[in-house]
Amino acid sequence: MRLKGTDIFIRCLKEEGVDVIFGYPGGQALPIYDALYLSDIRHVLVRHEQGAAHAADAYARATGNVGVCLATSGPGATNLVTGIANAYMDSIPMVAFTGQVPVAMIGKDAFQEVDITGITLPITKHNYLVKDTAELARVIKEAFFIARTNRPGPVVVDLPKDVMTGEIEVSDEAVEMSLRGYRVLKTPNAGQVVLAAKAIEESSRPIIYAGGGVISSGASPELKELAEKMQIPVTTTLMAMGSFPATSHLCLGMLGMHGTRYANYAVSECDLLIAIGARFDDRVTGNLASFAPNAQVIHIDVDAAEIGKNVGTHIPIVGDVKQVLMEIIHRVKARPERTEWHELIDRWKDDFPLLYSEPLKDEAIMPQFVIEKIYDVTEGKAIITTEVGQHQMWTAQYYKFTQPRTFITSGGLGTMGFGLPAAIGAQIGCPERKVINIAGDGSIQMNIQEMCTAVEQKLPIIICILNNQYLGMVRQWQQLFYDGRYSYTDIAVQPDFVRLAEAYGGVGMRVTKASEVEPALRRALQETERPVMIDFRVDREANVFPMVPPGESLQNMLGGDR
Amino acid sequence: MKHTLSVTVDNHPGVLARVATLFRRRGYNIESLSVGRTEEPSISRMTIVVDGDENILEQVTKQLHKLVEVCKIMDITAEQSVDRELALFKVKADPQVRAEIMQIVDIFRAHIVDIGRKSLIIEVTGDEGKINAIEDSLRAFGILEMVRTGKVAMVRGPKG
Repeated sequence: MRLKGTDIFIRCLKEEGVDVIFGYPGGQALPIYDALYLSDIRHVLVRHEQGAAHAADAYARATGNVGVCLATSGPGATNLVTGIANAYMDSIPMVAFTGQVPVAMIGKDAFQEVDITGITLPITKHNYLVKDTAELARVIKEAFFIARTNRPGPVVVDLPKDVMTGEIEVSDEAVEMSLRGYRVLKTPNAGQVVLAAKAIEESSRPIIYAGGGVISSGASPELKELAEKMQIPVTTTLMAMGSFPATSHLCLGMLGMHGTRYANYAVSECDLLIAIGARFDDRVTGNLASFAPNAQVIHIDVDAAEIGKNVGTHIPIVGDVKQVLMEIIHRVKARPERTEWHELIDRWKDDFPLLYSEPLKDEAIMPQFVIEKIYDVTEGKAIITTEVGQHQMWTAQYYKFTQPRTFITSGGLGTMGFGLPAAIGAQIGCPERKVINIAGDGSIQMNIQEMCTAVEQKLPIIICILNNQYLGMVRQWQQLFYDGRYSYTDIAVQPDFVRLAEAYGGVGMRVTKASEVEPALRRALQETERPVMIDFRVDREANVFPMVPPGESLQNMLGGDR
Repeated sequence: MKHTLSVTVDNHPGVLARVATLFRRRGYNIESLSVGRTEEPSISRMTIVVDGDENILEQVTKQLHKLVEVCKIMDITAEQSVDRELALFKVKADPQVRAEIMQIVDIFRAHIVDIGRKSLIIEVTGDEGKINAIEDSLRAFGILEMVRTGKVAMVRGPKG
């Protein structure tokens, strides 16, 4: 059977189970778009390619499937770059297709030509420039396989126009992948599992430090089982919020720079640190030299390169987190009594709860209060996306996530502008869920154009802007570490978000009093076909506390004590 | 300490760029790198000499393994292996010193591969130490130009 490149493209996407693509057309992508027009794959037209990458990324985070985005060559492709880097830093399975100039014109500085495989080399798990229609099916199969297996990550596939218009003879046989250097890891080393089980049984002050790997390997049930069977307290990274229910008495919330005091104290005092699918990021560890100083370290990760990268490990276990946890659970004998350790932690919880001060001025809304209300009205069941900054940390602190894949945030790269397109991707992936983007007034302006996408797609997402008219996190650092010199962080000059939302065809609301917060949220929840943007005017100089100052050890936190 | 890694990779365009980008991005130092085809046309072999402690070497190896097109990595530093480098030296050689230079060439079992009016090109192969030694010996005459290939290496015996 003779098929064109574009036919093969559509066929391969269907084989991979792709039902939605986030994209933006352009000259070199015309043949692909023509094929999409005739196919039944849903295409979501964003208003900027960065939005497509973030939406595909969040779609993957919310559903666990590989997210797909598509852009044309040149500027279309470079506009994806931030989104690709974002997915790379957070190990999200994504395939990004880019149009490219015809093969014969590559390297000639043709119109809208850019070396996107070169540009994305250090921010992709792998990438391809397809130079022959005959390679297309194999490359697409490999791209999806690489994106979702082992440690997931983004894969870029660059598609020259003539490769897509070219015709070849195609047989019905399944395409063979050619990946001799790439092995999928499953079985962990049995000896290491035995060592870990023994260390867990013997430890008197163990703690689990869970990372995003728990979510990507679908290991939340196993994490819960291990923690409960062995009565081990659990602290999660930003990426792992929801992997362990925040409502459990064993949950210590987040650790690190803006973690809870009790989580950080517990890490500092533990005798066994069980790191699961986590990478000892500097925002987590603070000063490395004094991180978990008395602990033996078990490090479980699918990526061998993470082991020993930042912190020395006593018992490394390379393997799929879910598989490893199942084997450890199987081996350990239940040990419910660690009374002293739990009493100590309970005392810290009592002494240093998360709390925020009463408003300084009459009726100013505290941003943390808004998040608590969002939690109340959604009964903790919403999918929450965020932008990056203070509101993101407050969300991690005050929204009690109980399910994996319900907190969608840019962790590693810290990408302002992620939250709105992410809410779109999550809502399209999970149409039955309530999706809320908790945003700052700075971040929301970075991809505000995606309001149009949400309106066109009739998505009832709610965007809660915690508007303090500052680039709040940077302002906080300037206040604490730069003698209050607010260098270019005052953004009081800003659009009227209510009218802006309405101009896009959405619903806009403004809330200036604490008593109005809950009614506004309830009203927003009534919308079923339009995005709602709520401009919460919050206390301008509220800070995120507690906080580990940069370079300090986890024990030395600022704020958050009574 | 210097380590010699023997790395087999898919013979695809761009593999060298991937390896080079990895080293640059992670801040590892490449002492030398040579690459060429092997007996199997679809596979190339890179011989990479890396300077760094055990931790750096471990990271280099693990990160290299993550590259999809890297097939196999062997640290052959401690192995019984044959390693060779090739170097070309263009040396100032007035007639009165030529005999002396030719003696040095003989001692090192090197070859003179070109003669100009005032200079010679000398080709030498050997391990790094030998090449350094001949370089030292020739320096007195004035080295006008030097080029070294970087190391290629092979483990002795049937193991590969």
